Amino acid sequence: MKSDSSDDRSVTAAVRSWIAKPTTTMLLILIGLVVAFSILEPSAFPTVLNLRGTLSDAAILLVLAVGATFVIITAGIDLSVGSILVFSSVVSAKVMEWFGNAGIDAIVVGLLAAVAAGCGWGLVNGILVAKAKIPPFVVTLGTLGAAYGLSLVVSGGLDVRSVPKGLNEFGNDRVAGVPVIAIVAGLITVVAGVVLALTVFGRWTYAIGSNSESARRAGIAVDRQFIAVYTIAGLTAGIGAYLSLARFGTTTIAGNTTTNLQVITAVVIGGTSLFGGKGWMLGTAIGVFIPIVIAKGFIIVGVGPYWQFAAVGVVLILAVFVDQRRRLRAAG
Amino acid sequence: MFDSDTREVLSARAVRKSFGNVEALRGADFDVHIGEVVALMGDNGAGKTTLVKILSGVISPDSGTVRLEGSPVEFSSPIEARNAGIETVYQDLSLADTLDPVANLFLGREIRRSGLLGRIGFVDDAAMRREAQVTFDALNVTVKALRDEVGTMSGGQRQGVAVCRAVTWAKHVLFLDEPTAALGVRQTQNVLDLIRRVRDRGVSVVLISHSIPEVMAVADRVEVLRLGQRVGRFVVSTSSAEEIVGAITGATDLGAA
Repeated sequence: MKSDSSDDRSVTAAVRSWIAKPTTTMLLILIGLVVAFSILEPSAFPTVLNLRGTLSDAAILLVLAVGATFVIITAGIDLSVGSILVFSSVVSAKVMEWFGNAGIDAIVVGLLAAVAAGCGWGLVNGILVAKAKIPPFVVTLGTLGAAYGLSLVVSGGLDVRSVPKGLNEFGNDRVAGVPVIAIVAGLITVVAGVVLALTVFGRWTYAIGSNSESARRAGIAVDRQFIAVYTIAGLTAGIGAYLSLARFGTTTIAGNTTTNLQVITAVVIGGTSLFGGKGWMLGTAIGVFIPIVIAKGFIIVGVGPYWQFAAVGVVLILAVFVDQRRRLRAAG
Repeated sequence: MFDSDTREVLSARAVRKSFGNVEALRGADFDVHIGEVVALMGDNGAGKTTLVKILSGVISPDSGTVRLEGSPVEFSSPIEARNAGIETVYQDLSLADTLDPVANLFLGREIRRSGLLGRIGFVDDAAMRREAQVTFDALNVTVKALRDEVGTMSGGQRQGVAVCRAVTWAKHVLFLDEPTAALGVRQTQNVLDLIRRVRDRGVSVVLISHSIPEVMAVADRVEVLRLGQRVGRFVVSTSSAEEIVGAITGATDLGAA
């Protein structure tokens, strides 16, 4: 029957387009890295302990990268996520401190505070990008400074270490051997991936990144979509802040100066195009793990830890190169 | 006799529009009959673009009336014009290049899944693909891969996708702004065939074009603008290219309003 054969064709086409995706290249690189380190250090690398550590390290970055994936698909950029994380964690920790009792109510209100602070900054970014028409690079460079500065004002420059014990325990707990924060990050990634791939919201995110004027003419509320996307990036930074408090039991004011670049690196390695209109949540997950596996692997194998930055840089450039080659082939 | 014609689906009367000191339209008239291809011709600066923008809701006229199926309408946005069944394919096609033809066809009007999933925003890709295929088949537009990005397609195929999208939603009138300007000979033929098929579905087509041979080949009627006014109306089957060119350039006053 006609419909059957066209289904077959579309399945074949889907498989072929999957193989052609830059994400696939990066998946193979990730697998290659894991295999190589496992062969080099069979007793230290492929261990439950190392896997657990890798998942814990990846979790917070992954949550932030989920938000950044939406932003970069709109052909935008968000440099402020590290600062928003710091701000949200300071506000959240201060609020929980103010509660004093370190009970479940403090822990819940702390979550709400972190989420609200993150969304607030994201909303500011989105409104400035969509309504004031300021380039995202400039807007988020501004809020990078503003959010960081304000977190120093609120905290007096000192890390807040009074995170409720219960929250800190939660942040280092495991379910079936898997770190809880990694489970949370995984769930967020799956939900966001489904939203991106299967819903109207996701479709419109691609559309405004592909051609915002076409999207506008097609009747899409372009401004609202941009604002929503930047708010999501703020939201994920807020959640990341809370997970960070849970994991470390303290704010990390000085520890997030390169978080934004790590996040962008991960998203781009994962095959999301900086030109907008293209990207994949699974790619982002792979892109988060590559730098972390390189870092862990280099340490375990005994390569100087500084080499990891050079290696990640090479992978990043390779990822963009693959994307551009594909783009040129498509245009030709 | 034309003014009381009940065959008009869309008409403009005494439309004026100025931009600063420039009078783009000086009391222009225009008529689109039901189920026809009408070419809107005129030299650069004659007011074609301004007129089309008014009729498709992009800008508002300073004065004059626009009637759709006999009733006066005032579109304050392209969305309102579209909701009234008037679609426009711009020269740039307004496609999202990184999305596939199906996503483009339903851009901004995605079909949702039934039930709860649909209500929370899940799209029904299978249904959209089926309907897109029906439209492509009906208009005989060849789209080889429904999953390829439209940015990778040829100019003719992209034009086909843009026209199919407009036709999917156009109940009354489809404006095509120089649809063949960037196309080769064969692709131009395909687009002209496509225009005829759109008309045969009962949607009136307004073709903005500079090409006399193309207009003579596909249009039922021609209306000519010059210096912001309608200066000629021709039925193609009983008119010559010379007459139309004369009206465009102002060399003759044949059929002047």
